Amino acid sequence: MDNLYRDFILEHYRNPHNKGSLDPHDLHFADSNPTCGDEMSMSLVLDSSRAAIADVAFDGQGCAISQASASILTDGLRGQSLDEVRDMDPKDLLDELGVPIGPARLKCALLAYKVLQGAVRGGEVAWPAEAEAAG
Amino acid sequence: MAVEPALSALTPGAFSGTVLRSDFAVFDRPTRSGKRLVFLDAAASAPKPRTVVDTMADAYSHHYANVHRGIYELSEDATGLFEAARGKVAAFIGAPSKREIVFVRNATEAINLVAYSWGRANVHSGDRVVTTQLEHHANIVPWQQLTAEVGATLDYVAITDDGRLELDDLREKLGNGPKLLAVAAVSNALGTINPLAEIVKMAHEAGALVLVDAAQAAPHMPIDVAALDCDFLALSGHKMLGPSGIGALWGRRELLDAMPPFMTGGSMITKVTMEGAEWNEVPHKFEAGTPAIVEAIGLGAAIDYLTNLGMDAVREHERYLFERAWPALGEIPGVRRFGPNDAETHAGVISFVLDGIHPHDVATVFDSEGVAVRAGHHCAQPVMLRYDIPATTRASFYVYNDLDDIDALTSAVRATQTLFAG
Repeated sequence: MDNLYRDFILEHYRNPHNKGSLDPHDLHFADSNPTCGDEMSMSLVLDSSRAAIADVAFDGQGCAISQASASILTDGLRGQSLDEVRDMDPKDLLDELGVPIGPARLKCALLAYKVLQGAVRGGEVAWPAEAEAAG
Repeated sequence: MAVEPALSALTPGAFSGTVLRSDFAVFDRPTRSGKRLVFLDAAASAPKPRTVVDTMADAYSHHYANVHRGIYELSEDATGLFEAARGKVAAFIGAPSKREIVFVRNATEAINLVAYSWGRANVHSGDRVVTTQLEHHANIVPWQQLTAEVGATLDYVAITDDGRLELDDLREKLGNGPKLLAVAAVSNALGTINPLAEIVKMAHEAGALVLVDAAQAAPHMPIDVAALDCDFLALSGHKMLGPSGIGALWGRRELLDAMPPFMTGGSMITKVTMEGAEWNEVPHKFEAGTPAIVEAIGLGAAIDYLTNLGMDAVREHERYLFERAWPALGEIPGVRRFGPNDAETHAGVISFVLDGIHPHDVATVFDSEGVAVRAGHHCAQPVMLRYDIPATTRASFYVYNDLDDIDALTSAVRATQTLFAG
């Protein structure tokens, strides 16, 4: 437990990176976590090639896990191509969080990934298999 | 708190939650935190006493056959136990006849049965149905579906800042001449105990029938449908120490008699030809197919357990816990509590939020302390909307809880705040 709420998770929760909205933006998507109803949105600005991310922001209220996950995920997006983002493996995000996330909280950890995929794919995507783990 | 005398010494005629814990095998289970299990989520679903589990194992082992069918001893045996359970439900809620008890899966199915069967026969274009902003989704969505389908209007009674129904608003909504008022006896999200007798009287004077969602009330306080004078009542077995998969609808005999079937198939008919079928009598008209036989028998055992404690004593016990937990939470800075302030109108359910900490994080930290609570919208999103919050953390009490559990609750709140204060 104290593992789950490691200092860096709580630090991201208290002071999330890339939080807010970007206007104007090129891509935007909002989605929610059905287990708690928390909503999250993400705005992306593309670079001049129109194929890579120049800037990103996320918004919405949520638990420490979802907010830290969004903060960490968005930190790594600038400069990435849209193709790279579409091919992103959700496991990498879970690895990057680096804390043991129980089955009841996987959707919290992966909401940011789902919202990001919705933004770069132009519509809602299914939850990744990693979010449905039975324990 | 810890120096208080034993509960049994303070509530004459009641019982000790500490002692009752030994009736539930789950409390022998180690938790992954290594701490004692403090179970504060009965409002979602209650643990099962050994007597319920044992009764069901015995029924499956020694008394099991299909009911109402076999012309042999074992089937007669199973039918006898199944029908005796129906009688226990009837007695438990003061129903005039056990023929008015329809076994269903849960309160949700009971409400859907009324919405589909009574609703589609009686609610027409231009009619109105009234529910409240306090309800569980199970007492909202079936009425949204019904009214949308037939072109009727669904009205919601507003709630006050302290989680009570606005009775003036109820009077106003009843003034529009609705066909039905669907209302909870106790709010699962806020713990509010509604003044049902008064509400039923108001609704009847306005010409509306009343469906009571008793999912949160039947497990925790005496229910008497005859005294309440309501028209339908829904309950879930799993919230009242019984198994999941069994619940009951009570309805006035003349209403049930006049209603068309909800689901059709075997055992709900008296005669089937290739041209059509004739319906069996109530309650069998509403029980198509093989029912949850052993679950019904298990529910009967749960009712025996509760009846043995006495429902007045159960209510008294939970009031005792509430009267200590409510102020104990209130004196912790950063805790916001919801629902009425007094124990008379507040059941053993406390919804709260901690400033700056999401309810899911609260529940996760609680879990690390061995304390099981619910976090979320509690299937009552209109309530969350009313208070402009995404979710709450909810602690709910039952017969096996005691003052040590209240201490564990307040300690877990402080531990959560400390962790997040960093």
